[in-house]
Amino acid sequence: MKSNETVNGPDGDQDVKDTSRRNFLKQSSLLTAVALTPGTAVKAAVMHVDEKIAAVFEKMPLKMEVNGKPQKLSVEPRSTLLDILREQLDLTGTKKGCDHGQCGACTVHVDGRRVNSCLTLGIMMSGKKITTIEGLANSDQLHPMQEAFIKHDGFQCGYCTPGQIMSAVACIREGHAGSEHEIREYMSGNICRCGAYPNIVNAIQEVKDGGQTV
Amino acid sequence: MKQFQYICPTTQQGVLDVINKPGTKIIAGGTNLVDLMKRGVTAPDKLVDINHLPLKSIISTPKGLYIGALALNSAVAEHELVARQYPLLAMALKAGASPQLRNMATVGGNMMQRTRCGYFYDTTMPCNKRAPGSGCGAYEGVNRMHAIFGGSSQCIAVHPSDMCVALAALNAVVIIAGKKGERRLPFTDFHRLPGEHPEMDNHLAANELIVGVEIPNNHFAANSYYLKVRDRQSYAFALVSVAAALDIENGIIRHARLAMGGVAHKPWRLFDAEQALAGKPVSEDSFKQAAQLAMQGAKGYGQNAFKLKLAPATIAEALKHAAGLA
Repeated sequence: MKSNETVNGPDGDQDVKDTSRRNFLKQSSLLTAVALTPGTAVKAAVMHVDEKIAAVFEKMPLKMEVNGKPQKLSVEPRSTLLDILREQLDLTGTKKGCDHGQCGACTVHVDGRRVNSCLTLGIMMSGKKITTIEGLANSDQLHPMQEAFIKHDGFQCGYCTPGQIMSAVACIREGHAGSEHEIREYMSGNICRCGAYPNIVNAIQEVKDGGQTV
Repeated sequence: MKQFQYICPTTQQGVLDVINKPGTKIIAGGTNLVDLMKRGVTAPDKLVDINHLPLKSIISTPKGLYIGALALNSAVAEHELVARQYPLLAMALKAGASPQLRNMATVGGNMMQRTRCGYFYDTTMPCNKRAPGSGCGAYEGVNRMHAIFGGSSQCIAVHPSDMCVALAALNAVVIIAGKKGERRLPFTDFHRLPGEHPEMDNHLAANELIVGVEIPNNHFAANSYYLKVRDRQSYAFALVSVAAALDIENGIIRHARLAMGGVAHKPWRLFDAEQALAGKPVSEDSFKQAAQLAMQGAKGYGQNAFKLKLAPATIAEALKHAAGLA
């Protein structure tokens, strides 16, 4: 008889104007890092792991395309795509919500596919094409999904909105916006704590029904 | 997250040469591993990115379907061959995670994902799976999501995958590469029960790499269903899930396959219930009897005792859907 046992065995940022607080935070964390360095180095030397530390602390080159622009960067292997976009490229439209792949606020497109940038290591994006919320509009012309979110009041606080919009565009491109039920299922990776879901669904349905190219 | 060294070999041999070293972890989609690294549950010294290996194919073979270990969950779920011949697998995949995560997660990575037990994730709590010998917080603790089959005093965690439940039901075979060549392991033998060693989730050795899975041809396509019961309608782990596949001829069940998720440390095949269904007429009574038979040996641990009623009801309901009676 067969059996199952047979085997052995948030920071709310106003993107352009209010950069001073972010700069302050960056500078202060840099100072903290400098202050900590001597102790860490001494400990490392005592433990004879300095070479090992040097190897892992080394930044690595990363080339990727972000919103149509080639970027040459130097990144720590542990940096997520989300942190690189926000901290190194100042593309703060992509939000850090849960930072654990549970809320969808960090949704971006990689080679046309929507992903959670908080669970994506930047170093693994070599040669990839990234699109963020900043890359969706055509200069001053909003993307139809952005227009629809405004028209249908698809947000309240707005924090989840960049992720919602990136996901909504992908949802239509994937062919998963055929009905309200399908939209709700295929938008389930984006959480909205304000509860704007009905309006988000309406916005997506309008763009889908309008037949515009997204 | 702790610093680590990152390497990206371009050949299978290059991967096999390095993965055996302690502190080394393979990364594919990273949806689970990066999360575990952020939380300090695991802290590798070296990450081996295997995304440059040619293991993404989904192809029809004379014996069935071959799916490369690096095929994305979304690519498998949307694949025309899978939709037509193995709808059970497509349904299970679409019931798992979110569209974004399915665009990152691979078939091999889905198999290798760790439990979502809260004690495993919380590094301030005891957990024999994360820290062997530290105890099991869930055994007498918060265990609403936990196992009712195959648990031990050491661990009552469940395997979180939906895809694996379907692959277990479909008698898939795992193809594993090692230094000495390839070996094939029945899918139902890939994951293990916790026993005295809950730190081991499966039978993959440290020097081995999953290269793909094969699903044999079957006659279940017309009558299969994946039913997942969870706290919210989408994007949540299963309380109980059932993969049901029936081969029906003139109202009589020729063969049945059943597997459950959310109830054990591995995808839980219901072999006794399958046997009992063979030769029976398609009827709600047959399904209810099979569901009761499947519950032999089930054990609740307090908060999860509701699963003792939920599981048989879910089995019967999944069978009804598979048979077209629902």
